[in-house]
Amino acid sequence: MEALDLARWQFGITTIYHFLFVPLTIGLSLIVAVLQTLWHRTGRHEYLQATQFFGKLFLINFAMGVVTGIVQEFQFGMNWSEYSRFVGDVFGAPLAMEALLAFFLESTFIGLWIFGWHRLPRSVHLLCIWAVAVGTNLSAYFILAANAWMRRPVGYTVNEETGRAELTDIWAVLSNDQAWSTYLHTVSAAFITAGLFVVCVSCYKLWRDTAHGDTGTAGTAPPAGERALFLGTLRIGLVFTLLAGLVVTVTGDHQAKLAAEYEPMKLAAAEALWHTEEGADFSAFAVGDTGARYNPVDVTVPNVLSFLATGHFDGEVHGMNDLQEAYEEYYGPGNYIPNVFVVYWAFRLMIGLGLAGVAVAALGLLLTRVGTRPPRQRWFYFLGMAALPAALAANILGWVLTEMGRQPWTVHGELLTAASVSPGVSLATVATSLAAFTALYGILFAVEVGLLVKYVKAGPSHLVPALEDGEDEARIPHFSY
Amino acid sequence: MELAVIWFIAIAVLWTGYFVLEGFDFGVGILLPFMGRRDSVDRRVALNAIGPVWDANEVWMITAGGAMFAAFPAWYASLFSGFYLPLLVILVALILRAVAFEYRGKRDDPVWRARWDRAIVFGSAAPAFLWGLVFADVVRGVAMDSDHIVTAGLLGLLHPYALLGGVTTLSLFTLHGAVFLTLKTDGPVRLRARRAAVGAAWAAVPSGTAFLAWTQIAHGAAWTLPVVAAAAAALFGAVAAARLRREGLSFTLTAVTVVAASATLFGSLFPNVLPSTTDPAFSLTVWNASSADYTLTVMSWVAVVFLPLILLYQGWSYWVFRRRVTGEQITGTSADGPKEASAS
Repeated sequence: MEALDLARWQFGITTIYHFLFVPLTIGLSLIVAVLQTLWHRTGRHEYLQATQFFGKLFLINFAMGVVTGIVQEFQFGMNWSEYSRFVGDVFGAPLAMEALLAFFLESTFIGLWIFGWHRLPRSVHLLCIWAVAVGTNLSAYFILAANAWMRRPVGYTVNEETGRAELTDIWAVLSNDQAWSTYLHTVSAAFITAGLFVVCVSCYKLWRDTAHGDTGTAGTAPPAGERALFLGTLRIGLVFTLLAGLVVTVTGDHQAKLAAEYEPMKLAAAEALWHTEEGADFSAFAVGDTGARYNPVDVTVPNVLSFLATGHFDGEVHGMNDLQEAYEEYYGPGNYIPNVFVVYWAFRLMIGLGLAGVAVAALGLLLTRVGTRPPRQRWFYFLGMAALPAALAANILGWVLTEMGRQPWTVHGELLTAASVSPGVSLATVATSLAAFTALYGILFAVEVGLLVKYVKAGPSHLVPALEDGEDEARIPHFSY
Repeated sequence: MELAVIWFIAIAVLWTGYFVLEGFDFGVGILLPFMGRRDSVDRRVALNAIGPVWDANEVWMITAGGAMFAAFPAWYASLFSGFYLPLLVILVALILRAVAFEYRGKRDDPVWRARWDRAIVFGSAAPAFLWGLVFADVVRGVAMDSDHIVTAGLLGLLHPYALLGGVTTLSLFTLHGAVFLTLKTDGPVRLRARRAAVGAAWAAVPSGTAFLAWTQIAHGAAWTLPVVAAAAAALFGAVAAARLRREGLSFTLTAVTVVAASATLFGSLFPNVLPSTTDPAFSLTVWNASSADYTLTVMSWVAVVFLPLILLYQGWSYWVFRRRVTGEQITGTSADGPKEASAS
């Protein structure tokens, strides 16, 4: 065990954890903005309740996304100082832009939105949540442009004298096709996640309604007025998910083609393709022998991989053995094959779980297409609730594929992961921080989920009571803390 | 002026902005137990005074870190890996503090709130102390080899000068936060904050003047001497103004103290960014740690366009929440307060 191994584990754990919250922040900020806009336009009380209710859940999640993001920025320097030294000139620029263009916007306007319900004119207050939504979506672009550069480095030269990468063209970095393609794929996946979050919560409330609404067991059952509210949010969540699902499919296909072009080893590992083939088959289920470098068992769909990677059914797809040989010749001796087992299954499960979530949305829209009553099929509510963890898992598996598939490189073709770690940081030090973050994150996760459940159970009427007779103005609390 | 020098100044400005802004909300967090009994409305008054603004204040640090990464990668790499354990504690503290602000009121349970209150106090006090320690160490220099890898262990960072730096920022931010509360609240919290300001001054004045004097004598440049004098004068002025209940003036002067103290530190550091005590030849300087001119030019344009815009909307958010926070507003008993307020 070396400091390098623990630094990698820490990066994996803290990044995966961070990315449980980030997609929800990205997607829910937009959904809450849409709900508040609906309230602004129609003046209907349910929309105000829905805005406050999902706004509260959004804020519980938002806090976790922000704090776990600070760790991400710091650990590049703490654990990966040689990486930072090598790439800072290029990689630091989008990071600093993210802070200047997006984080200030997001953090200032979230404060104005939370505390400004009574201080700001309604239209200005509405603009605040839109500013937050723009900020979160903008921040995603910059960080993904930085990440895309690690997979397809562009717009730079390596200074022979200092041995560091130097930026030569910022537009090349920001308009990298890996950057915008990854952005569309990641952000649409975030919208799926947020859409399914709304679906999950709405399904839970409607299920409690069908379970207890008629028998009068109060408590967690929503008041009758909330039935319409949650049927409405269910539909909004389903539409969001389905629309984002279309984008995620198209961009996912594009991502595979980019991988074939810029990171053929990643694609080959994701397909467990050992030998270069023309008209390569798509592997549906394989048992591989990574020692002997072949697959004793492989169930395949003919020619589909070639089509996915190149757009032609007989296109050439490079295999790992051939790439390994070529890389050794070019970069020198070493193992250039990533962990095939992890990459292969992450790819499959990402696609499977992601598409399952979108299928649930399509089914849900079919069931709720007419009428003002929630679907009577109770099994659908369980499906709707199960779709959220599927989407969260698909997001994470996507990152596992992206990052593990890039190994052994941090910057493809330029810098190895083993050469990126901080040389002055001891194993014990990294172990301390890994233990601290794992424990802290574990506790906070339990706390966060507990709060979400509490607020979901309490329902919107707890935050914004239903209007009483003769009351035309809702009562919204002034203070948040 | 050279771009690398301009960016050194820009990073000094970002850290200074961070210390001025987050400085007072650290202070409010540290003073929380003294602002009211456990589970009292008074504590909520104190927290709501910083509620709308603390998050954006913290972004100054995130931007300063990002700007160091982009403009001085070698500085960022050596500093963050070399000060690993203090930064780890800062991270844990900032996480706990931010989550505590958001989650404290989300359960109506005194035990729950008492736990988060402890997290707020620790989460504010630890970074307030450690940032002073870290930057004092940076000015003094640390053991660092020819590859710019910091070889000072944790004990190497605990030099008396660095510890005094930590005590200075801790007490100065506490004073800054106390004065902020006198300016931004009314009722019992305002009265308690006045007393707290006097208490904090007893620590901030001696440690602050000693630390500034030590900095000037051991590391200072000729031009930092008037800055040190200005910092000391502003500090004494702030305490005097607080006693005279000139709250706006007093807060302005504590802010000036923080700015001048920060300028003294960065001014004493220049042209180094991280001196090596092993051999001055191994020091990281503005020139050997910076990015190439192209990156600095790009970043300059981004900063020139967006920083004024940020100052504008962040300033506007302070204007929106300019009124004093009172307990009556929170409990809903004042004429202009909400009809109903909930704990959530």
